[in-house]
Amino acid sequence: MKFPSPKRQIITEAAQSFTFTRRTMVLGAIQGGIGALLAARMAWISIAENEKYTLLSESNRVNLTLIPPRRGWIIDRNGRPLANNRTDFRVDLIPQRVVDADATVKHLAQLLSLESDEVDRIREELDKSAGFRPVQVADKLTYDQYAAVSVRLPDLPGVAPSQGFSRHYPAGSTVGHLLGYVGAATAEEYKERKNPLLITPGFKVGKDGLERAFDEHLTGKPGAKRVEVTARGKIVRELTTRPDTPGHSIKLTIDAGLQEYAGRRLATQSGSVVVIDCTNGDVLAMASMPSFDPNSFSDGISQLEWAMLSQDDHVPLRNKTLQGLYPPGSTVKPMVALALLEAGIGPQETVGCAGALRVGNTLFHCHKRRGHGAVNMRTAIAQSCDIYFYQMAQRIGMDRIAAMARRCGMGQRFDLPFPSQSYGTVPDPAWKLKKYDQKWQVYDTVNATIGQGYMLINPLQMAVMAARLATGKQLMPNFLHGAKRPSPSSVGASEEHLVIIRDAMSAVVNGGGTGGAARMAIPDVLIAGKTGTAQVRRITMAERAGGVRRDASLAFKLRDHALFQGFAPFDNPRYAVGCIIEHGGHMIRNEDAPMIASDTLSYLFDPKKAMEKLETLEKGWGGTPTERQARQMGAFRLARAIEKGEVPPPAADNASNAAEAGNSATPPPPAADEAGDVPPPPGSNVADAP
Amino acid sequence: MSIIPQPLTQFPWRVLGLLLAIAMFGTLVLYSAAGGSIFPWATNQAVRFCVFSAMALVLSRIPLEIFARFAFPAYAGVLIALFLVELIGGVAGGSQRWINLGFMQLQPSEFMKPIIVLAVARFYARLPVGEIRSWNAIWPALVLIGLPWALVLVQPDLGTATMILAGGVTVMFLAGLPLRLFIGSGLTLACIVPVAFSFLHDYQQKRVLIFMDPESDPLGAGYHISQSKIAIGSGGIWGKGFLQGSQSHLDYLPEGHTDFVFATMAEEWGMAGGLLLIGAFMLLFRWGLRVAMRTSDRFARLVAAGLTTTIFFYVAINLMMVMGLAPVVGIPLPFMSYGGSSMLTVMLCVGIIMAIDRSNSRASNPGNWG
Repeated sequence: MKFPSPKRQIITEAAQSFTFTRRTMVLGAIQGGIGALLAARMAWISIAENEKYTLLSESNRVNLTLIPPRRGWIIDRNGRPLANNRTDFRVDLIPQRVVDADATVKHLAQLLSLESDEVDRIREELDKSAGFRPVQVADKLTYDQYAAVSVRLPDLPGVAPSQGFSRHYPAGSTVGHLLGYVGAATAEEYKERKNPLLITPGFKVGKDGLERAFDEHLTGKPGAKRVEVTARGKIVRELTTRPDTPGHSIKLTIDAGLQEYAGRRLATQSGSVVVIDCTNGDVLAMASMPSFDPNSFSDGISQLEWAMLSQDDHVPLRNKTLQGLYPPGSTVKPMVALALLEAGIGPQETVGCAGALRVGNTLFHCHKRRGHGAVNMRTAIAQSCDIYFYQMAQRIGMDRIAAMARRCGMGQRFDLPFPSQSYGTVPDPAWKLKKYDQKWQVYDTVNATIGQGYMLINPLQMAVMAARLATGKQLMPNFLHGAKRPSPSSVGASEEHLVIIRDAMSAVVNGGGTGGAARMAIPDVLIAGKTGTAQVRRITMAERAGGVRRDASLAFKLRDHALFQGFAPFDNPRYAVGCIIEHGGHMIRNEDAPMIASDTLSYLFDPKKAMEKLETLEKGWGGTPTERQARQMGAFRLARAIEKGEVPPPAADNASNAAEAGNSATPPPPAADEAGDVPPPPGSNVADAP
Repeated sequence: MSIIPQPLTQFPWRVLGLLLAIAMFGTLVLYSAAGGSIFPWATNQAVRFCVFSAMALVLSRIPLEIFARFAFPAYAGVLIALFLVELIGGVAGGSQRWINLGFMQLQPSEFMKPIIVLAVARFYARLPVGEIRSWNAIWPALVLIGLPWALVLVQPDLGTATMILAGGVTVMFLAGLPLRLFIGSGLTLACIVPVAFSFLHDYQQKRVLIFMDPESDPLGAGYHISQSKIAIGSGGIWGKGFLQGSQSHLDYLPEGHTDFVFATMAEEWGMAGGLLLIGAFMLLFRWGLRVAMRTSDRFARLVAAGLTTTIFFYVAINLMMVMGLAPVVGIPLPFMSYGGSSMLTVMLCVGIIMAIDRSNSRASNPGNWG
């Protein structure tokens, strides 16, 4: 190796040159081969897989945005809108895309001049939001506000201004419990249905009442907007837009004018009015006041407003017409009388009322301490004599009364498009045995006869009872205009008996009875009805000895409920009404159940005159419910501010209340208040009702 | 004789025309990638091409002996620069590759690609012919390649390290080392790869895994490959049309003007454009290998074939990466990708090959140079 011979070197030099040429050719071949491989790969991707990649490229480029469909209108029997849609400008936050939540909210609050409780609501919803669900910042914005946010979009990631429609309820709070409200879908709803529409900003689902029951029917088909977007989500241009298909409208049996009138006529009281058409059972009005304003609920309610509503002892969050249960009191007497007639008791048979009756060991009083003297059925109903019914009911027994009560709609659960319904109790011996494992006692019958004890009814059932007594037919309440339904079966009473009852009920109002306040100012229209007072507390013997305390001197929660059921005209019933004023206590004549019910019915006969009266009265109450609620809100906000600034402990207490209330999407069940409505235990007390 | 004067026929018209065509096409694609604007990329790229073409022509005038003489000093200089990068290099993108000279960023590993070819070729040219089958013919070459390879790998820059290794080994192969060495080490490598894999950086491992299955993470690390394939595939046979590529214009394709410029091109020009470009590069490689085969000087022919292969590695690795056949390693496509370093390197290679070509024709027509 060290000294290679020249000869060998020459040979090797040539051999090496040959090797080089050969290997270069191999290299060339490899390069050519790889070139061919690349060309083949290119052909494979762009020809064989062209379709797949074209699709992927399109789905990159084109972004499909849903346009929330306009919600179908809810109209009354005459075609007037109860719920419609208003064009508005709105701003939402998409939590996922927000970079600096604090700064963004602060900036928006300044741009849109938001109230501090609104800012708190937005912050809270941002915290709770699942990331994809939009949080509403504000809606019903002016074009200038909308534009102010729109031009600052590059600095505000996650902010989505849009032009859309919002739900509008022209009658405001008077339709709150009837229609319910709409709101953004919850994270649970989205998880369940996986419909991308649910997380589209501006899309609302029905949350309560009829809005919830007919949600599917009212929801239309979303439109779609195809836009070209960059990888960073910036919109380059719009490609095509398919308009939305609005949802179907719903025509209700409700009379919009009457509904609003009824709501306003309930004045400052916590109560409800239901009006039913006696020809077919159509519900013309179903008002529960005070109520939340569905307009502000549908916008996303502020913590403060929620706190105010949930702390109010007039329970604006509860639909009293369907969820409130009350002892019916004396309003059941016409029904009991019908049962008496059916059992063969003559209308002229009399009972001597001495003001009290001993049943077993207990003394049962009549509401008139001195007694009514000899009373027949007509007088007993007109004067609401308790002793007559105590006596007569004992003669025929509870079972016959309970059967009649059920035929009149008490304790009956109706097939209604509402999420919840409390349907009360009609007690009888079998029921008591099953529920309490106790034998039925005579005093149970006595209590039940005057609508106390275990008996409970809701305002809708009371209106149904009035309609059934008026017509003798088992009318069923109905909310859908023109709905087909079987013709109602009979209550089982003869026309002769019904005439007696109707005449007696007319005497209540027009014949010097207890319901004189319900007399109608319409010529030729006489209203028939029955008043009632439902006690919510025990009256002890000691108190009775010293004189029963007047309601005015009692706390609100301890006052009696005031009730009225009736129909008009008395001889040819057209409309039936039921009215309950919670803890009304018959204290203010023009805010008591008889006059409210009567005025509401009078609207159907002479709307102009009825409105005139209402407007005069409202001046004394401080304006319409909307005005009063706005004032209440202002006072509450002020009180809260003072409280927060000066006395820390109550503020903390309130905050915890508000947080609790904010967590539940639906109005809380009326637990505490229901306890107050529970009738006094039978046997130990003495019922007393006019 | 032709009427055209000798210096003009001597001028490498054909290869320059080919390069001009590729570069013009590249400039056009960059014009489109910028959204139909000559700024910021197209003008820069065109100016650079002109400057570097002039440089290549100047290089082609330099006698071969100069290259041979400066092969080792240049190698030593770049190696020192690589050390410096390790020591004082600025941190960029998590890996140290640049020396900041104040007026420009110097990336020495880029220069190592052609210089490793020169150095190894120089070594074999000086090696006595008879020793080619001895141990002495192997270890110095391995050291020459191994040092820069290791330095670049720890930067870490897997793509460049691979190219340095491949360039050096190609020259060893051409120099005539026994074939069994290559086959043997090829088999050994196949066994070592799984072990080596575990020594790779996390992000490199990830890249390799995602290369195996890009759809497994289409929004994360596999995003580059997925979007690149979408761009190429959606182009079809004739493409979406000039300035019509949605993937690049709407920013779905990352690095659409640098490493993934081929996808930008293929989206708008389709398979037709792609095959044309591949064909053009193949012509360039054919020219380079033919120059090598015509050359009798050992150093010159090894250099010509080695540099051609270096350019080939650029093209092949980039295209395989873009089409989902190789992991994403950050090798640009010569003349197409926006960037100065890679064009400078490739033009260095081209200039040296042109110099070899020139000396060949001078040698074959000595009379003309009387």
